[in-house]
Amino acid sequence: MQATSTIREPLITGGKTVRDVSEDISRQVEGKPTSLWWIAMVVSLVLLFWGFYCLCYQQWNGVGVWGLNKTVGWAWDITNFVWWVGIGHAGTLISAILLLFRQRWRMSINRAAEAMTIFAVICAATFPFVHMGRLWLGFYWVFPLPNTWGSLWANFNSPLLWDVFAISTYFTVSLVFWYMGLIPDFAVIRDRAVRMGHKTRALVYNALSFGWDGAARTWSRYESVALILAGLSTPLVLSVHTIVSMDFATSVIPGWHTTIFPPYFVAGAIFSGFAMVLTLLLITRKMFRLEDYITIYHIELMNIIIIITGSIVGIAYITEFFVAWYGQVPAEYYAFYNRATGPYWWAYWSMMTCNVISPQLFWFKKIRTNLVATFVLSIIVNIGMWFERFVIIVTSLHRDYLPSSWSMFHATIYDVGEYVFTFGFFFAAFLLFAKYFPVINMAEVKSIVKSTSEKKH
Amino acid sequence: MESNKNFVVGVFDDEDVLLSAVEGTREKGIKIHEVYSPFPVHGLDEALGYKRSRLPIAAFMFGLTGTSLALLMQIWMLGFDWPMIIGGKNHASLPPFIPVTFEMTVLLAAHGMVLTFLIVSNLKPYKWPRQFDLRSTDDKHVMAVDLATNKLSKEEISRILKDNGASEVNEKNF
Repeated sequence: MQATSTIREPLITGGKTVRDVSEDISRQVEGKPTSLWWIAMVVSLVLLFWGFYCLCYQQWNGVGVWGLNKTVGWAWDITNFVWWVGIGHAGTLISAILLLFRQRWRMSINRAAEAMTIFAVICAATFPFVHMGRLWLGFYWVFPLPNTWGSLWANFNSPLLWDVFAISTYFTVSLVFWYMGLIPDFAVIRDRAVRMGHKTRALVYNALSFGWDGAARTWSRYESVALILAGLSTPLVLSVHTIVSMDFATSVIPGWHTTIFPPYFVAGAIFSGFAMVLTLLLITRKMFRLEDYITIYHIELMNIIIIITGSIVGIAYITEFFVAWYGQVPAEYYAFYNRATGPYWWAYWSMMTCNVISPQLFWFKKIRTNLVATFVLSIIVNIGMWFERFVIIVTSLHRDYLPSSWSMFHATIYDVGEYVFTFGFFFAAFLLFAKYFPVINMAEVKSIVKSTSEKKH
Repeated sequence: MESNKNFVVGVFDDEDVLLSAVEGTREKGIKIHEVYSPFPVHGLDEALGYKRSRLPIAAFMFGLTGTSLALLMQIWMLGFDWPMIIGGKNHASLPPFIPVTFEMTVLLAAHGMVLTFLIVSNLKPYKWPRQFDLRSTDDKHVMAVDLATNKLSKEEISRILKDNGASEVNEKNF
């Protein structure tokens, strides 16, 4: 028996019953795609194909088609990589950490957030791979596989190799976590298909559900698997962006060589991840009429997480500056001075405005419960987070120890094209997910209907 | 059609009624075949007398395998098979091996446990489950009682299920 305070806001509105949950969530899987869905899909596919052309061109001609030069050897590719990995942090954070903290508001949003995580990590992984130039050799370079160089093994002292292990573990474990949640919900769609007489659909969704029957013994095991997976994923989520930050922090480049990078990157990842969850969920909620499940209360709670993590990120920016000034190491001092006032000042101040100032608007309840304001700010936050990575990477590199090699980075159409490619992929994949998979975890939401559904008046 | 398995199937609308019904029917000495629910019901496994799952132990063993494999792999590759001095450090120094060791631990623990779960729960894509009531994935809790394992008659079991709050009682033969 669960007891819930009557003062708490309901997590499900509109007087929904357990039956309504199956009905409302399965509806869009069973129906034909709407015209809005088709429009969004076509736009995503156009982006995807144009981006794919740029990607093929770059693979054929080499990394030289990007705007990289001898001084700035890392730019958009790694910026986009870190940006996407950061976005990929919200899903598992919501489903794992909020599960351990018994936050029941996670239940309506975890499915979509986890899907977003998986697609974002795929987008992220494309960048290091294409940057290797020769995709077909990439696997030998990043995985410790026996090879024809007499088995000269991969270097386990390198943070780039740690990244390979961290990202692949994170991707596969998140995928399994997400799929585990989907299994009982596929069975719901299968049984509805049987009742409606759709043979093929029943077979497909039965295969997807692994022949789930909802037996008490299976549910009991299922619950302990979910709990352990959450326990394993919690340190995993934190480790991934920690290791990503070590790609920079273990080097000796001023501006990168910073001990606060791991917590600062993790906070930034959660910040941008929640912003992307909001962007996607506000659209999904509208498109599939899920206002009773993803309520203003859910959106407000996510906005509160954005204020917290945004403020942590803001403090980290200021701390970096303070330490650069207080430490008085000339190279470090110059790196930060140059960041704020050098040729890339516009990137720095865009980052400050988008990441530090704009989320502070969420202190006003009117703004954090307003859908339009939330949607706009969620996009601004992610623009800011892209600039953060660009600022850290490019401004630290473009003026190094040797003034004669100082340079600027100018992105080419192929830099842009590959970024667009990942957008096309991300939105196309998310649209397919939202159409063919249940976007809300029905089993979990059903378990809280009795205690937190708003009663019909 | 000649059936070889006969079940009495009680349908319940509410999880709390179901919980007390499970206790009520077990007190009457009825052996419950299984209960099917659309969502996990807290306390149902204890009420049915199921032991706690040992999957956490499996996860721990898999995790331990991951830790040892990762450490052995890195120490052997960098320390023995092709020793290289990188950054003036020892061939096989432990600190840089920690991240990969941690990731491998999580990787094996998570996947090993989920695979074990699928195997012990007999979940596989090409299996069609035995379904007592299609509504058990929608909004009903379904209790199946196997007549072969119970001494009481069909009518008596139906009456006990009804008395304990079942909204309907059906028969199902496989």
